[in-house]
Order: sequence, then C-alpha cells, then structure tokens
Amino acid sequence: MSVLVESEAESKEPVWEIAPPSGWFGLNLWEIWESRELLYFFVWRDLKVRYKQTAIGVAWVFLQPVLAMTVFTLFFGRLAKMPSEGLPYPVFYYTALLPWMYFSAALANSTNTVVEHQRVITKVYFPRMILPFSAVLSGLVDFAIGFLLLIGLMLYYHLVPTVATLLVPLFLFLAVATALAFGLWLSALNAIYRDVRYVIPFLVQFWLFASPVAYPSTLVPERWRWLYGLNPMAGVIEGFRWALTGHGQAPSGLLLVSTATVLLLLFGGVVYFQKMEGTIADMV
Amino acid sequence: MRDAPIRIDGISKRYKIGQQERYLALRDVLTQTLSAPLRLFRKPRGNSQESGTDHFWALHDVSFDVQQGEIVGLIGRNGAGKTTLLKILARITKPTSGRARVRGRMGSLLEVGVGFHPELTGRENVYFYGSILGMHKGEVTQKFDEIVRFAGVEKFIDTPLKHYSTGMQTRLAFAVAAHLEPEILLVDEVLAVGDLEFQKKCLGKMEEVSKGGRTIVLVSHQMNQIRRLCNKVVWLDNGQVRKVGPTVEVASAYETALLSREDGARRPADGPKVKARFLRWEIAEPRDDNPYVLKSSGPVRVKFAIEVNEPLRMLHNGIGIYSAENQLLWGTATNIASLEPGVFEFVYDLAVLPLKPGPYRWRVSLYDEQKLVDVWNCCPDLLVDTEHHGHPYDDWAGLLNIPNQFSIYNENGNRYNVRAVRGALWT
Repeated sequence: MSVLVESEAESKEPVWEIAPPSGWFGLNLWEIWESRELLYFFVWRDLKVRYKQTAIGVAWVFLQPVLAMTVFTLFFGRLAKMPSEGLPYPVFYYTALLPWMYFSAALANSTNTVVEHQRVITKVYFPRMILPFSAVLSGLVDFAIGFLLLIGLMLYYHLVPTVATLLVPLFLFLAVATALAFGLWLSALNAIYRDVRYVIPFLVQFWLFASPVAYPSTLVPERWRWLYGLNPMAGVIEGFRWALTGHGQAPSGLLLVSTATVLLLLFGGVVYFQKMEGTIADMV
Repeated sequence: MRDAPIRIDGISKRYKIGQQERYLALRDVLTQTLSAPLRLFRKPRGNSQESGTDHFWALHDVSFDVQQGEIVGLIGRNGAGKTTLLKILARITKPTSGRARVRGRMGSLLEVGVGFHPELTGRENVYFYGSILGMHKGEVTQKFDEIVRFAGVEKFIDTPLKHYSTGMQTRLAFAVAAHLEPEILLVDEVLAVGDLEFQKKCLGKMEEVSKGGRTIVLVSHQMNQIRRLCNKVVWLDNGQVRKVGPTVEVASAYETALLSREDGARRPADGPKVKARFLRWEIAEPRDDNPYVLKSSGPVRVKFAIEVNEPLRMLHNGIGIYSAENQLLWGTATNIASLEPGVFEFVYDLAVLPLKPGPYRWRVSLYDEQKLVDVWNCCPDLLVDTEHHGHPYDDWAGLLNIPNQFSIYNENGNRYNVRAVRGALWT
C-alpha cells in the first residue's frame, strides 16, 4: 500500500473518539455547521406538519397577532390611554407584538423540543443542538407572514420607513439569539426536570409585562433603565419599534445591556447544552 | 496496515437503577434544597448513595476490535448489554468509562423508521429519514427511485404515511436504510420485523454492502441470520464479553450454553427448589439439524421436557404460541390428574402449524391446584422457514400461512383449463 493513498484516505475519513463526558468544555459548533442540511430538514418538516394539520393553517398566523393587537389597542390604548410615542395605537402595539409573539412561541417550542423528539434522540445520533436551533428558526416563517401584515398597516397609516429600517434584521437577529439562548437552557433543563415546561406559561406572561409591549420603555424611570435592559426583549422590542417607525427610543445603553445579556446567556446555554448532550439520551 | 475501523477499549456504562422510569422534577429538587440547603453544595449529584439508590453496570470493561470489512454479530441474552454497546458506538450515549475509536462514516439503524411522521407523504418521509440517517439530500434524490422500487410502494409515494399499512411503512423505512452507504453500519435487531421475503432482500443487500469492504456490527437473536452473515461473533453476558471469535465457534458455544441447564435455556433454578420446571423444548418431528427450525408445512411433533420435584395433583398445563410482536396466535390447555417426581416430556402432535415464515415463541405454563408452578417463554425461539403460501404483499397475507391449491371447475363438475398463477394484481 502506498503511503500517499493512505494519508489521502486518512484525511477524508472522520474519526470519532468516544469517551466519557469530560470537563466543561468541548464546543463543537463545527459539527452543527456540518449538519446544516439536517437542520434544514427539521425546520422543513416542522413547517410542513404544522401547516398540514391545521385547517386554517396560515390564516391562524395572521389571526393571532391581529387579535392581540386589537385587544391591546382597545384596553391599553383606548381605555388606559398609554402613551404611544406619537404612534397610532395599532402600529405601536403591532410592532411590539410581532417580535414578542415570535419570541414567546419560539421559547415554548424550543423548551419542549428535546422531550418531543425523545424517540429520535434515543435511536440515532445527530448533534442534539439542532433541535432547539430548528425550533427557533421555524418560527421565523410565521414572523415573515406577520411582517407582511405590518407593511399593510404602515401603508394604511401613511408611515414612511426611515433609514433605520435597515437595522430591522439586526434586531431580528437579536430576537432569535435571545430565543435560542433561553431555548438551549430550557430544553436541556426540561429534559432533566420534566416540570420545567409548566413554568413556561407563567414565565411568558410575566415576561410580557416586563417588556415594553403594552407601554413604551420611557415609562421606566431613567436611572432604572439599565436594569430594565437586563431583559433582552426590552432592547429587541424598543429597537424594532424605533427601526420600523422612527418613533420612540433610539438604541441606547438599554440595547447595549440587552445585547451583552443575550451574548452571555447564549454562551452559557451552548456550554450547558453541550455538557448535557452526552447523557441526554439516558434522561429523556 | 490500516487502523481498525472500530476499536473498543474497556468501555463501561453505569445506569442508575430506575433511571429510565423516573424523571426528576424540579419541584422535588427545590423542596429538597429548601429543606436541606447545604446538601446541594456538599454533594452536587451524589446524594444517591445516601438515599440508597443503586447502580448497575450495563456494560463492564468491554474491549474488542472490528476490522475493515468484517461483519460482527453481537449476541447474548436480553439485558446483556448489546443495545447499550451499539448506542455507545453510535454516539447516542456516552460511556461511563473507557474509550472507543470509530473511523469512517457511520450509519446506525437501531430502529427502523425513526422520525417517520404520519402526516407527511412517503416522499417527504424518505427525505427526512434519509437525512437523519446521515444521507445528503443529493444522495437521497439520486437513489430515490431505487428506494421506492425496493420498498414496492411506487403508487403511494405521494400519499400521507398515515394511510400506509404497517408492512408498507416498515418496507419503506428498510428501503431507505438499505440504501444508506456508510463505511460502518450498526444494526440492531431490525431485521426481525417485516416478512421473511423482504428480510431476505435486506440480508442480500447487506451482504452486498459488506462485499464492498464495509464494516457491519449487527445485533440479532436469530442465530441463522448471525451464521449466514457474520464472520466474527461477540458474545455478551451480563455486560461483559464472554467470548469473541469466529462465528461457528462462538455461536455454537452460545447455543450450547442456552441449552444446558446451568446457564441458558432456563433461568437458573434460583432460591428454594421449585416443585416443577420446564427444561427445554424441541421439534421432534420432522427432524432437522436444528431442532428449533420448522421447514415443513405438514404435521409437527413438539416436545417440552419438564422436571417434577414433588408429587403434583390436579395439574393444569397451558401452551401458547406468540408472534414476534407478542400476539397470541394459538393456545390451549390440558388438565392432568397427577404427576410423580421425575423428568417427563409433554408432547404435542399438531396436524399443521400454519405459520408464516419468521420467528415465534412458545409459552408453556404449569399450574398445581390452581397455583402457578412454572411459566416459561421458551428459548430459543421457534423459527419457521417454510414455503410461503400467502399473498406476496405482507398486508394481504394475514397471520396464517395455509397450504392451499386453487382450481376452477365448470357447471358439470369438470376441471376448467385455464392458466392461473398465484400473485399480486396483474401488472
């Protein structure tokens, strides 16, 4: 056998070292990149199943934010007379509800995803992190549909997008990162402690009022605003509203605090999830 | 010399007893922590020893190598650790200690049809399943027609899976898996399902694969499969390697152990001496090299040896035959006035045993004055290897395999001469 052939074969073949779970760290993000096709298939399957099963499938995606917007406009706007940064109430609420609904759905989906796929997890190997990733990504389709409605709404109220609109993807990215950060933590925790998912509805409810959805963040006293920013969704929602309409709070210290929080949580989530990965099949 | 594709070095796996049955609840952990807040810091995970929870070793210090192109059979009784070992090699779970090295693209088939979704069409499921088994989208597309043809579901490929029969689903899943072309393939007992015809097709495919220099590790209870496919066998017993070597050697050692009284066919005579117990079973007529294989569709004589240690009165002997899916196919019972101590043979003469090809299990029981004395899920399984007389499609073949003739007569009672051939719909 020639040496050349051997080294050639060597370089192409993957080698797996199987060893007990060790230490803290062994970030293997490359593996996820390698499995991106499977990630795509998970998202694709999730969407297919979701829209096949419901009779009013896509209509539901429109209905949800519109109903929420109506309720918010009616109660918080017309009755409670919340300040709305000079925006018509429907726009004020819809621009916040859009990222918020994406986030709350992604949070719930990703928390359940590991337990939901337990049959697959115990029978075949793939980087488990694909599961929370796909749960977070598939929600983006609903978001995109909801966004179409937003365009309609803005046309109706003759709101002209500003240059800041170009920053929308940035805030969307931050929303995805937030959902992913919490999704990683919660899906792994939910695999170990099955009652975690019962906590989620409370968490979401509480979180909604801790975020500037029903009110502008300017209601929070200036000196507490940095603390408020520890809730990453505060930065995301304020950013959305501002970037889309030009009204409201321009990104500030609050956004910086939010971004830093997300990055920290995301990093921690990835480490924690990978630490769990080796034994997750024994737990679910 | 190339490095061995699989090198296993002292792998052990420990489970907490009951780990798979009980989930932790955050609630419990919180209350525990609140009632004894320091415990969490003292011993982050190890309070199990205090509370008396036990561990058991599913695998203990297992080592062996698998060479390029080898087909290795993993055999052993249920709970011997075969599946755990496959799961570790497949990277589904990690070992507690020890190391293994796997070199090459690996595919694992621990269960057929993992991730199949009933709402999706056959086509959609093929893509998803292929992808989760580690195939690229392009590969699936390239082999798609071949897969569908192999499974024989061409007409239904765009129908949601929920309208498929179980047989069709299994065939489709097999077909995808059979077209996976990894360098190393791990297979767990999956060939035990599906009709024998299709099993043969899959075995053929696997032989083909191994001739291409690929490496296969296979778990099976069907010794004839092991004999046909494997060139090396690893016998696991209680999580440890009992014997490794050429198939003929290890397989017969295993079977001898199964049949001998000390270890195997029967669960060991544990604790106090029992009143009576079944010892072994065999097909007495027609005789074959292997007394657990049935090759004829005619009359069958089956014997069950039983050891009686105390005089028994008012006995009741039950027998049943179960399918691989554990469905009772036939059963009967006999009342017996009395038996004195000694070894007896219960002999059943069956006019026919109209079973489809595949594995089955006898279950015999003995009651004494309405109290259970012994019940035995007979080991090894009965393997039916007769000609198949049913419909070629599994879904229409039914449970039984009834030998039959077909002819047509006219009104006058004369035989009507026309070509009539058994088979599926005209194609």
